[in-house]
Amino acid sequence: MDIIPTIKQACKKYGNDRGRLIDILWEVQNSLGCINEEAMGLIASEIKSHRVEIEGLVSFYSFFSDRQKGKIIIRLCDDIIDRHAGIERIADIFSEELGIGIGETSPDLNFSLEYTPCIGMSDQAPAALINNVVVTNLTPDSARETARQLKKTLDPSKLVTKCGDGNNAHKLVNAMVQNNIRQKGEVLLADGIPAEAGLDNALKKASLDVIQAITDSGLRGRGGAGFPTGEKLRLAQKTEATQRFIICNADEGEPGTFKDRVLLTERASLVFEGMTIAAYAIGSNSGILYLRAEYAYLRPFLESVLENRRKTGLLGKDVRGKKGFDFDIRIQLGAGAYICGEESALISSCEGLRGEPKNRPPFPVEKGYLSKPTAVNNVETFCCIARILDKGASWFAGIGTKASHGTKLLSVCGDCAKPGIYEVPYGIGIDELLKMVEADDPAIVQVGGASGEMVGRTSFGRKICFSDAATGGAVMVFSSHRNVLAIVDYFLEFFADESCGYCTPCRIGIVFLRERIQKVMHGFAEDADLGYLKDLCKTIMMTSRCGLGSSAPKSILNSIERFPLVYSSHLKESKDGFQASFNIQKALDESRRLAKRTSMIYDPVYEDEAD
Amino acid sequence: MKKRIATVSLAGCFGCHMSLLDIDERILELVKLVEFDRSPINDFKKFRARCDIGFVEGGCCNEENVHTLRDFRKNCDVLVGVGQCAVMGGLPVMRNAIMHSDDPLRECLETAYLNSPYVYNPANDIPNDPALPLILDKVYTCSEVVKMDYHIPGCPPSGDVLWQTIVALLSGNPSDLPGEIIKFD
Amino acid sequence: MDKIIIRIDGAEIKGKPGQTIMQAADDAGIHIPRLCDVEGLEPQGSCRVCTVKVNGRTAASCTQPVADGMEVENDTLEIRNYRRDLVRMLFHEGNHLCPCCEASGRCELQNLAYQLGILQPDKYPYLQPVRPVDASHPDVMLDTNRCIRCGRCIRASIQLDHKNVFGYIGRGINKQVGVNGKNLAQTNVDIHDKAVALGTCPVGCIIQKRAGFFDPIGKRRFDLHPAGTKVEDS
Repeated sequence: MDIIPTIKQACKKYGNDRGRLIDILWEVQNSLGCINEEAMGLIASEIKSHRVEIEGLVSFYSFFSDRQKGKIIIRLCDDIIDRHAGIERIADIFSEELGIGIGETSPDLNFSLEYTPCIGMSDQAPAALINNVVVTNLTPDSARETARQLKKTLDPSKLVTKCGDGNNAHKLVNAMVQNNIRQKGEVLLADGIPAEAGLDNALKKASLDVIQAITDSGLRGRGGAGFPTGEKLRLAQKTEATQRFIICNADEGEPGTFKDRVLLTERASLVFEGMTIAAYAIGSNSGILYLRAEYAYLRPFLESVLENRRKTGLLGKDVRGKKGFDFDIRIQLGAGAYICGEESALISSCEGLRGEPKNRPPFPVEKGYLSKPTAVNNVETFCCIARILDKGASWFAGIGTKASHGTKLLSVCGDCAKPGIYEVPYGIGIDELLKMVEADDPAIVQVGGASGEMVGRTSFGRKICFSDAATGGAVMVFSSHRNVLAIVDYFLEFFADESCGYCTPCRIGIVFLRERIQKVMHGFAEDADLGYLKDLCKTIMMTSRCGLGSSAPKSILNSIERFPLVYSSHLKESKDGFQASFNIQKALDESRRLAKRTSMIYDPVYEDEAD
Repeated sequence: MKKRIATVSLAGCFGCHMSLLDIDERILELVKLVEFDRSPINDFKKFRARCDIGFVEGGCCNEENVHTLRDFRKNCDVLVGVGQCAVMGGLPVMRNAIMHSDDPLRECLETAYLNSPYVYNPANDIPNDPALPLILDKVYTCSEVVKMDYHIPGCPPSGDVLWQTIVALLSGNPSDLPGEIIKFD
Repeated sequence: MDKIIIRIDGAEIKGKPGQTIMQAADDAGIHIPRLCDVEGLEPQGSCRVCTVKVNGRTAASCTQPVADGMEVENDTLEIRNYRRDLVRMLFHEGNHLCPCCEASGRCELQNLAYQLGILQPDKYPYLQPVRPVDASHPDVMLDTNRCIRCGRCIRASIQLDHKNVFGYIGRGINKQVGVNGKNLAQTNVDIHDKAVALGTCPVGCIIQKRAGFFDPIGKRRFDLHPAGTKVEDS
């Protein structure tokens, strides 16, 4: 097959712009089923890049592949919640029905089966992405039925039989996803939020007054880090520049988080309104919504919302009739990389680079996207901005606690009867939340996802807010029959897979942490190994380049401190000084098979002489 | 009372033992301080009494190495890994580089005895006498098999390094272990 | 803000605007250990060996700009421990068989281990990677099992040779240096490129063929300038 026209067309569509490499690669992969070596070379020459750079990207993002994949890619969600919900059994069934193992592609190139980290459906686990179709609440029976139907129709879109609630049923979304909104608060999910009220108020003010209002409201970033939003906008605004950018971070990759999914589904216009207000405030004419690839099913709908806003003068030239305020938004699709949730990595990704964090300083507000001042905020933060400009700073500041203002959208999942979305004022107690979600036997609450904090039973009185148990939205509930070490091991596996590999401690240290945790799990570790773990955690946290490395060890430190009995019950002192992890029988198996004889030393016949 | 010392070479080349001879005339001082128990130096093949210090050269590539190393761990108060092979596998560990093969051990043996261009093996067989210890699936460092108290890197560690190590350990002052003269090659 | 005074371990030194802590320290003759940073290339901040504490918070001194009044901790027990751990990690990540490596004696990783007093190199498990060696090119060889991902070859190729022979591929523990082609022979690398010049690769990953083991033991780069001296002096 001559692939040159396809490549040329894909590159041309994005103006042969090296900065739009992610889009180009998507385009090529969608047409060819992969980005192979030949394609890499061709793309490189079209956009005046280098093959190794293209390979660098393809090998960085997990949704890109250099090997031919099946027409239908089944990505099973492999987060801890889905594991607890039985994803392994589901995987076995798909494997059985399709005749391929995990990571394999069927010889007829119809199917690929793989695991992927959290796809943002933990409230309806086990779930899977089949191309862009989301299937949720899988059971062994429904998985078998799904696989058989796919074999028959080879068309994932035919799987959609019954749409979810709200905009999930919109014809451009057409998804079986449920919103699972369990509690609406007054800021984000309230009914009857007036459209563009915030934007209209903002445009009546001077841009600095808009920033002031946001500062006065006490709004802090909703993504997890909690940086004061007004301050961020002020810094971006005051940096001398010919152009500034607004970026909305919809790369919701933290395991157990799915609140942005619901906002993008039900409050898309509000998100864009917030972005427009922020653009007006800092003097930006261009915005990007960075949408994680797992949420690609929302893209046509979001594009239509943007198109509508353009048509009605809410985007484009002289927004809402405001002379001189031009602003438009494009959607940048991600390609499967948790690290891109980190703002400078996200900017790298928008620039068509490997999604690696940038050196700071300079910070994005000084030197961000295309080296211009850039304000990157979370989806929820932009919604809050629009609401603050509508209802006023003091209204917002009046909700929540003294230091944590407003409401927080929590995505609760795990061992509870009512997983889903809860909009609660800051300061809610974990115990109170557990009652709301009807968790009858909670033993561990993981606040803030894999990079968050592990809270044990004795601390359920703690409050969810910036100064206590902080979270970007994820709350995972684990009941007493869950294995703490398996949870920790999962988190480490996740971080090891998602580390960009840029800096030494994160790239290597996390692998070592996991090796030792597994040693503990298997009962091969001793007391001294806890000291080793703590020591290694400290080095990784202190020397890592970005937040991924510095938060990856948290679950180990938390669990050692808060669940000491779990560890001590697994630790065994070696009496003979032998390493319990070394298994001589296993080490000899292969040799016995090849030599077709038994061991003179270690086989039972010679037991008397064995050591 | 004289301290008892045992030494052994596992998957090593005896270079570290040769290096021990490089302490030259200090060996006279050494025999005043220690008595050699199990060691190739006196050809004692079994422990005669519990030892204060065991020096282990080489890592583990077969079952006999594992058996011996465990025997050393059982019979020595302090176990010292001597040389790169004991510390990190050394040259023998290069065979672990074929672990990506589907059948690594077979590939290893066939390369060594049959397929390598430098092999002359008219009988075309891989040695498999029952007296030969079974080879392990890969080469293990000493620390992977038993707990080691100290490691002296080097290929081999120089006579001076070994001498300083012995003196430091005999005097019960591990903080005097050689520092600046340590090399990895 | 022309006058920038910072203190490194209590010693007052002068910095210039736009300088990094590392550059200011170098100018003042204070040595901060490093691997990925080398004079003549843009700093990358990836090995983290140059980690220092700035006003109580850790930062990579090769990328952190100086600011007036900074209190920098460099040669403290805590920092030395971090550095030791990082150097150990790099040793354990790859296959660093010093006895049979051409770079032994001129290897910055090895020298740094000596400098930091890593005498018991068995703290971590050995990962023993099994990547194929690229010996396709007539003059240059690549053994990425010894690579420490410092990116000096990548930056030298881009910034000095204007060639892009090397680039990062993969991520996480699988992140490695790739070449701009199927193998080295298919790239436009030249033996005279800075990217493959002796001293660009701090370890034995990039090897010039027929040039190994020329210096006898005792006469090699770091044999002559033993541990503790400034890396870039030698």
